[in-house]
Amino acid sequence: MTLTTMKIKLKGAQQGHSLLKRKSEALTKKFREILKKIQLAKLQCGKLMSLAFFTMTELNQANGISNQDLLYLNILNNVTSSKPRVSINAKVENVSGVFLPILESNVDNTINDFKLIGLGKSSNQVNKCIEIYSKILETLVELASLQTGFITLDDVIKITNRRVNAIEHVIIPRTENTISYINSELDELDREEFYRLKKVQEKKQIKEQEQMLLDKLEKEKRQKELDDLIKQKESLSLEDKEEDKEEEPEESVEETQDEPKDILTEDKDGDEDGVIF
Amino acid sequence: MSSASKRTLVAVIGDEDTTTGFVLAGVGAAPEGIDNENTHNDDHTKQVDVTSGKNFYIYDENKNSVDDLLQVFDTFTNKRKDIALILINQHIANKIRPQLDAFTDPFPAVLEIPSKDHPYDPEQDSVLKKVKKLMGE
Repeated sequence: MTLTTMKIKLKGAQQGHSLLKRKSEALTKKFREILKKIQLAKLQCGKLMSLAFFTMTELNQANGISNQDLLYLNILNNVTSSKPRVSINAKVENVSGVFLPILESNVDNTINDFKLIGLGKSSNQVNKCIEIYSKILETLVELASLQTGFITLDDVIKITNRRVNAIEHVIIPRTENTISYINSELDELDREEFYRLKKVQEKKQIKEQEQMLLDKLEKEKRQKELDDLIKQKESLSLEDKEEDKEEEPEESVEETQDEPKDILTEDKDGDEDGVIF
Repeated sequence: MSSASKRTLVAVIGDEDTTTGFVLAGVGAAPEGIDNENTHNDDHTKQVDVTSGKNFYIYDENKNSVDDLLQVFDTFTNKRKDIALILINQHIANKIRPQLDAFTDPFPAVLEIPSKDHPYDPEQDSVLKKVKKLMGE
């Protein structure tokens, strides 16, 4: 009973182990893809940012450097709505049971808080600035989704690997040990049983032999008694023989009387046959 | 992941140029009715005062303390549940590096970006550091 459950457990553990290992491999594959992308994107983003700052400086130049603080203040204080132009859409991607967030930037072009910024002086530059920063934002959002995926996957891979190792190095050997213990114990029981059977058989045989011997003795005894009896009888009959002699002829007469009877019956049959013919 | 779908905002912690640039691009969001700021001060904790409910924060080394920065970071990462992504200038991130390294949740994602005066150094990025470690470099 326990052996079967343990065997089932071992089978389950092995199956789980192979499944988890495959999962971990799939995750690691995805993980490496993300790693490569992150590295590229991070370095690229640095270049893009410097371009953006250059545009910003151009805007300041066009607007007049002395007005920089005023311009910034204008821009920052123009934020009044709780709904930004750029919002983020979070989607979920399923990589072998792990939910990876995917961020997408969502630009609502109907919202523009900065229509009046740089009016008359540098609206062109402002638009250019908006454009390039929007572009950067898109890249950054993509990068962020990679990064969140990276962090999530990192955790999950760690957990999965821990499970794989736990099954491989703890659960499977433990179950195997238990199974071998049960097996050895069962073998021991088997041997004991076999030994006991043999012992019983031996005893039975000895008993049988004894019985046989006893029987033999009894038989011999009886035979002897019989022999004795016969001998006694013989000795008796020898003494009586002379007296019995007269009896014997009588017996022979009786026999002769029997034979004709038989013949008669045969004749009877024959008569009947005759009647039929 | 239902909590992720509610997060829609991009927060910015940076110097003037960076923040202004991203606000110009349209990430900025302010609480409705920002003009009655006095009621806000009564209603909310001190953390909200630093950002006054906005999702961007200009950090000036001469004006603001690191404590303020930590408060803002804490507000953006823990208190507000509508932020999906935090952009932070690398030279500012360096000031709160221990807290930044300790923050490992997938949401909100913290992204270090270069700033105008400080060129981007991949060696200092906490995520890139992890990446490099895992790549075995």
